[in-house]
Amino acid sequence: MAEPLIRIENVVKQYTRDTQVLTVLDGLSLEVEKGDFVALMGPSGSGKTTLLNLIAGIDRPTSGRILVGADEVSAMSEGALARWRSENVGFIFQLYNLVPVLTAFENVELPLLLTRLSKAERKKQAETALAVVALSDRLDHYPRQLSGGQEQRVAIARAIATDPALLVADEPTGDLDSKSGEEILVLLERLHSEFGKTIVMVTHDPKAAARAHRLVHLDKGVLKEDVRAKGEKGEIGVAAAAAIAAGR
Amino acid sequence: MLGIPLKYNVRNLFVRKVTTTLTVLGIALVVAVFLCVMALGEGLTNVFAASGSEKNVLVLRQNSQSELQSGLGRDQIPLIRALPGIEKDSDGKPLVSAELVVVLNLDKRDGGSSNVTIRGVEEKGMALRPQMKLTEGRTFVPGTSEVIVAEGVAKRFKGAELGQEIRFGAYRWKVVGHFDAGGTAPDSEIWTDSEGMLNTFQRGGFSSVLARTTDRAARDLFVAGVAGDARLALEGKSERAYYDAQTSTAAPIKFLGFFVGIVMAIGACFGAMNTMYAAVSSRTREIATLRALGFSRLSILVSFVLESIALAFLGGVVGCALAFLLVKVALSGVTGTTNFATFAEVVFAFRLTPQLLLTGILFSLVMGFFGGLFPAARAAFTKITAALRQVG
Ligand SMILES: Nc1ncnc2c1ncn2[C@@H]1O[C@H](COP(=O)(O)OP(=O)(O)OP(=O)(O)O)[C@@H](O)[C@H]1O
Ligand SMILES: [Mg+2]
Repeated sequence: MAEPLIRIENVVKQYTRDTQVLTVLDGLSLEVEKGDFVALMGPSGSGKTTLLNLIAGIDRPTSGRILVGADEVSAMSEGALARWRSENVGFIFQLYNLVPVLTAFENVELPLLLTRLSKAERKKQAETALAVVALSDRLDHYPRQLSGGQEQRVAIARAIATDPALLVADEPTGDLDSKSGEEILVLLERLHSEFGKTIVMVTHDPKAAARAHRLVHLDKGVLKEDVRAKGEKGEIGVAAAAAIAAGR
Repeated sequence: MLGIPLKYNVRNLFVRKVTTTLTVLGIALVVAVFLCVMALGEGLTNVFAASGSEKNVLVLRQNSQSELQSGLGRDQIPLIRALPGIEKDSDGKPLVSAELVVVLNLDKRDGGSSNVTIRGVEEKGMALRPQMKLTEGRTFVPGTSEVIVAEGVAKRFKGAELGQEIRFGAYRWKVVGHFDAGGTAPDSEIWTDSEGMLNTFQRGGFSSVLARTTDRAARDLFVAGVAGDARLALEGKSERAYYDAQTSTAAPIKFLGFFVGIVMAIGACFGAMNTMYAAVSSRTREIATLRALGFSRLSILVSFVLESIALAFLGGVVGCALAFLLVKVALSGVTGTTNFATFAEVVFAFRLTPQLLLTGILFSLVMGFFGGLFPAARAAFTKITAALRQVG
């Protein structure tokens, strides 16, 4: 077994509203290997997004520890965490979350503004990222001038612009038609196999989950199932994903 | 490490055209009103500040605040002339002018009437005021009822054109010349011969004596001489100090400018604040995304404060343009107001100086800063996870 990139140890996440305590994650432990492609499934409200946010360092656990590489994410200060995210995590959102007043190029350049790169280096790196997602001809287009699939590809380019080890995706195909969704999945698969990215992807869609190499099933804040693909291509496969999604 | 680029903020301003335009106009109006009032104050200050020379000494009766309250007997004039320190003109005569000041209520061209100072001077009256120049006609002949009129006065009062007659009760004065005093006090006056004026108004004495001294030491000597002669019961003030005291007319106007400006600015601040709050709440998910990408709270705060300042800056520029147009077109030429020290009209022009325009711009930036601070703080403390859940 390869070394783990992500170590989640006994994590509890609770929300308190008035006197009621809602336990979203209940003592969850999980390890994700470096270079793995993990799909997080589970019914709505099971805590998938919550877990992903904790891994990505935009949220903190009520108790327990989260380590990514050598960094204890759950113990960092707000400012340190922001810097850590800019260097280590690429975000892919269901609704793309591009900045509407910035062009495709400017959106991809955004995370690079947080690095020490020169203007020329930023340009080169942003253009490379847009070439990876096959949008070199759309540098000056604004998000509203792009299709949903293209917007998501720009978002992926933005996520990989600083070359982070970890990509987190929350329902990356959730707002796309099946053809565009398929393109995004192919792209994520390539980022995993060709570029060695560790990917954690939340999804409801068995077809999306089928692309992953490992499938983690959450239910009511606890791990219900954890399936690792065997065989040549190492993918979970549609049948297995569908079965898990159906809760069997 | 760079912050969020300014183009992000500027483009967002242009995205929400209507609210941006309205906010800009609000700020522009405040800046324009502020600038117009300040330009008025500046114009007045200029009149008094430019008047009065350090070397000139104005002799008044003891404890008189203005020439109107003062009075000197005819017999006192030779005693003053004999005091040491007085400069001689190129023709060898001392630079001294015994003057009589009377305020008349004259009819204005546009209806109504207003107080105007009519000043009788001696031969050296004009030489004592180097800014003064005849622009039309000739100077009056002593002993006649001829007058010369300041251009600013000529524009505003009846009968003041060249060759016309100024009337007041039974009095008639023939206008033989116009003059310009370069924005100093005589620009609000009508001048004639003091000896003739004493006869006309049947006065037994003068209002003041103006004398040029050779230098600072001579001035002090002359002033001491005036004070030292108990027969005189007079005092000499530097002409500059005399007019500085009259500048108090401009002070309440400037105060008004600041007061009105600040009250309106608070309103405009709230306008900008509203606009920025709306901008922040409509971009909550976008802000959360920027935070997720790794932009710090501080850079979000700075970004939104800058957006507010950019918004206000547009307002400031439009406001300056507006004030400039107003002063150039609507308030052009000269205007009169009452000098509260002499109760005569003071003629002055609105002065919109480059410094004032700069003040207007700075004023708008301050409004933008305070208007943007709280909305920007709200943006900076956006809760990332909650904001990312927002749809739309
Ligand atoms: N800020 C919050 N305050 C209170 N409860 C919250 C908050 N955020 C999430 N929750 C609750 O936590 C639970 C888990 O939410 P989470 O978004 O992680 O679920 P999910 O598995 O991603 O669901 P979905 O598939 O619908 O996206 C839900 O019951 C949700 O209502
Ligand atoms: Mg979710």
